Amino acid sequence: MLEVSNLSVAYGAHRAVDEVSLMVGPREIVVILGANGSGKTSLLKAIAGIQPATPGAHIALGGRELTRLRADQIVEAGLALVPEGRGIFGELSVEENLLLGAFARRARAGEAANRTRVLALFPRLRERMRQEVRTMSGGEQQMVAIGRALMSAPDILLLDEPSLGLSPLLCGELFTAMTRIADAGIGVLLVEQNARRSLAIADRGYVMANGRVVGEGQAVALRTDPAVQRAYLGVAGGSG
Amino acid sequence: MTPRRLIVSAAAVVAVGLLACVPLVFGGYGLSLAINLMSYTVLATAWALFSGPTRYVSLATVAFFGIGAYTVAVFGEVFAWPVVLVIALAIGVVLALIVGLSTLRLSGVYFVIFTFGLAELVRQLVTWYEVNVTRTLGRYVFIDVTTAQIYWQLLALAVLVFIAGILIRRSRLGLALRVIGDDETVARHVGIDTTRAKVTLFALSAAFITVTGAVMAPRWTYIDPAIAFNATVSFQVLIMALLGGAHRLYGPVLGVVPLALLFEVLTANFPNHFSILVGAAFMLVVYAVPRGVAGLIEEGRGSLRGPRRGLST
Repeated sequence: MLEVSNLSVAYGAHRAVDEVSLMVGPREIVVILGANGSGKTSLLKAIAGIQPATPGAHIALGGRELTRLRADQIVEAGLALVPEGRGIFGELSVEENLLLGAFARRARAGEAANRTRVLALFPRLRERMRQEVRTMSGGEQQMVAIGRALMSAPDILLLDEPSLGLSPLLCGELFTAMTRIADAGIGVLLVEQNARRSLAIADRGYVMANGRVVGEGQAVALRTDPAVQRAYLGVAGGSG
Repeated sequence: MTPRRLIVSAAAVVAVGLLACVPLVFGGYGLSLAINLMSYTVLATAWALFSGPTRYVSLATVAFFGIGAYTVAVFGEVFAWPVVLVIALAIGVVLALIVGLSTLRLSGVYFVIFTFGLAELVRQLVTWYEVNVTRTLGRYVFIDVTTAQIYWQLLALAVLVFIAGILIRRSRLGLALRVIGDDETVARHVGIDTTRAKVTLFALSAAFITVTGAVMAPRWTYIDPAIAFNATVSFQVLIMALLGGAHRLYGPVLGVVPLALLFEVLTANFPNHFSILVGAAFMLVVYAVPRGVAGLIEEGRGSLRGPRRGLST
């Protein structure tokens, strides 16, 4: 269970994330919707320890405080991020990327089992184990990135725009994979532009604007919310 | 084992066997040249173990080398030779851990400057201690070690440093270091404790350098801080590794052989202009072969094999 409260991120005087609170339970898929520049990426980076949060923030995973930990200690605590632009190592092979994913001590014991699970999730990677990642397609790279994150045996997986630039077919595969990840007991926190697809697989969602959470609810409710429909689902509203 | 790997291993065993025969064939100048080559091989390869993948350029080589030499000067006649080597190793590793933990958070040029300063600091500390406590600056090193034994010990160190290099390259730690060299922030968010990885390798590299200094000490018979902590050694090791190619385990040797021979000629013929000529060689290497001889070899192979280069086996 990931609990975030009162989280703000500031770049100089500009507040990119403004007192956000959210939670993600195990086996749950939670989506964050919001326009470009609404602070979604900064939020994920702050949770993962890459971007410092302003004092007063509170981030806890399974009751353990993460707020002051370094990024690698946060991975060790059980939270993994798949950043936008993927954060994989292009010069290394798929196999080496997965090996590095299991660098955290918590991942060592179950490494073989995790690897089997990742390859079951993305069978395509099995034939590509020795290929250099930079020579692969965008979709395959995204699979490597998610696989790499899963190798750290996370309790919570954060994904930043995983469907960005992928073909509709690969997109479908990716969203199916996410439901299977959640079914395996991992909580998934997802930032997505593709609101229709993400709301279809999500349990709950938050809507962000100008760094603040301006709406939240069950995914079913958000799908039928007129404001969400207008802004993110491309359904024409009364005023256009 | 693939056939190729088998051939490489067999060739390595034969090469070590042949190199072990050098003291039986050559004496005098030939052997002393061989010792020079072998010691720089260990130093440059050990330097590249850490600085190659992480791209942290260290100028602390002579700090550790000098500590090894000084340990022998102080304890050489007190303890048995193997014990002296272990003491040198321990001091080198402890210093590397202290330095590593306090400075590896620095990056780029700050790290370079710090390591350069470190060698100078150690030299000044040793000088201060000798002047104020022991009241003798300079020590004689009388140890019952023959030139051939020194050579064989260096050869053993060279074998060990290569084995260490191979094991590290294949390990998760080796991958982690390459990733740190590429992008330390990304490495961290993958879950790599970058500080621990860097300090581990820095200490390992320093261990080899310190022991090399200890093994080489009896060659001098007399040392003082200016001799043991001569900064030129750090720069020489650096250019040798760069000329050969620090990103490959076999790279530094390819730089050691031509440059150690060149320096030999320069010291013999131009003793007063040595530093200028070394500096010129340094610039030439950096401009002409930025990825080293190993890089040239790779490019050569790549153009022969064509576009398959990306699919490494």
